[in-house]
Amino acid sequence: MAEDNRFVIKIITPDRVFYDGLATMVEFNTTEGEVGIYKNHIPMTMIIKPGILYITDGDEQKMAALHAGFVEILKDQITILAEIVEWPDEIDLNRAEAAKERAEKRLSEKDPKTDIARAETALLRSLARISTIR
Amino acid sequence: MASMRDIKRRKGSIQSTQQITKAMKLVSTVKLQRSKAHAEQTKSYFSCMYDTVKSMIVKAGALDHPYLKTGASDKKAVVVITSNRGLAGGYNSNVVKLITRGELAEQKENLIVHAIGKKGRDLLARAGYQIAEKDYSEVIEEPTYVEAMKLAEELLKSYMDGEIGEIYLAYTYFKNTVVHEPKLLKLLPVSLEDVTDGGEEGKDAEADKAMMNFEPEADEALNLIIPKYVASLIYGALVEAVASENGARMQAMDSATSNAEEMIGKLSLQYNRARQGSITQELTEIIAGAEAIS
Repeated sequence: MAEDNRFVIKIITPDRVFYDGLATMVEFNTTEGEVGIYKNHIPMTMIIKPGILYITDGDEQKMAALHAGFVEILKDQITILAEIVEWPDEIDLNRAEAAKERAEKRLSEKDPKTDIARAETALLRSLARISTIR
Repeated sequence: MASMRDIKRRKGSIQSTQQITKAMKLVSTVKLQRSKAHAEQTKSYFSCMYDTVKSMIVKAGALDHPYLKTGASDKKAVVVITSNRGLAGGYNSNVVKLITRGELAEQKENLIVHAIGKKGRDLLARAGYQIAEKDYSEVIEEPTYVEAMKLAEELLKSYMDGEIGEIYLAYTYFKNTVVHEPKLLKLLPVSLEDVTDGGEEGKDAEADKAMMNFEPEADEALNLIIPKYVASLIYGALVEAVASENGARMQAMDSATSNAEEMIGKLSLQYNRARQGSITQELTEIIAGAEAIS
């Protein structure tokens, strides 16, 4: 009966179809917190926050860093419209570390001129990248 | 009748023009293949984006959200996507005609043109349109999502500040390799009538998604999604425009090459006639001379 609890997951970015396949569970981070979606979820649209995306299909699990976009959840299909999403082997760890330091520095300086929201997003992004690799 | 030398010279010049148009055709064929593949890859993103926003608007139709109603200002921003280079047949002027001839023609004073592509910018500036200061012409060489997002942010900011009331997008839709349609699209405000234009198909989608929930709430979600929607439409238009440009250039260069071929054929005939004529003349002269001596 393993087939029954699988659903279609599509991850689309402006430049390519990132992933198109079946899964039993998908987890990601949204503005409302981290969520895990199984089949037959109620239809819902959610906004993505930077975090790790897990695609579980039976015993297999795939990871990716998912940064921005939104998700449309239907009963047997999930469509993630992502602006940026990366597999672990596409991430440059050194760059992510550097970005993390830069964002932390900017936030700790408390300069009124800095765009706090932007620095925070940058920090979240770099953290998501780093933790995807590890 | 033109002399043999004149004809020969003209033929030579047409031949070298033909070499250029032939080379340009080959280059744009290669470029077309690349940009076509790119356009096809991005298409699924936009149709998904469009459908989702559509279903959101249908659900949130009664909402009193600034993105859903015309702003207070009479000013309208138009993003005009053309190319930086010419020699692409009617490609650039077709897009410009959308602005100068269409429904926006009477509102010339209220239009602010955000030009992407030098050709459209120059043409509209010459026609007396108000051109936004910032130049995005470089973007068309290699469109990236980030650039589209920057432009979208800027437009949305002046929309929210009340400087502009509506945002339009003029570009060339890439239907297939030979058919490219210039299109004028209203980006903001997103209105229910525009969105539900889809006919039968649209109705099905509505029924399908009537039960859609939003997290966060619909109006907040709109705040976050509409900027993405605008950015992705601009990006999609850029990618399609690039494909259309190369397609249009390929066609233009193809017909230029075959026209040159035709002209060369005609000139060769003329040249041969002139050559034959001069030989005949020389012969008659010699014979006449020989007869006079004997």
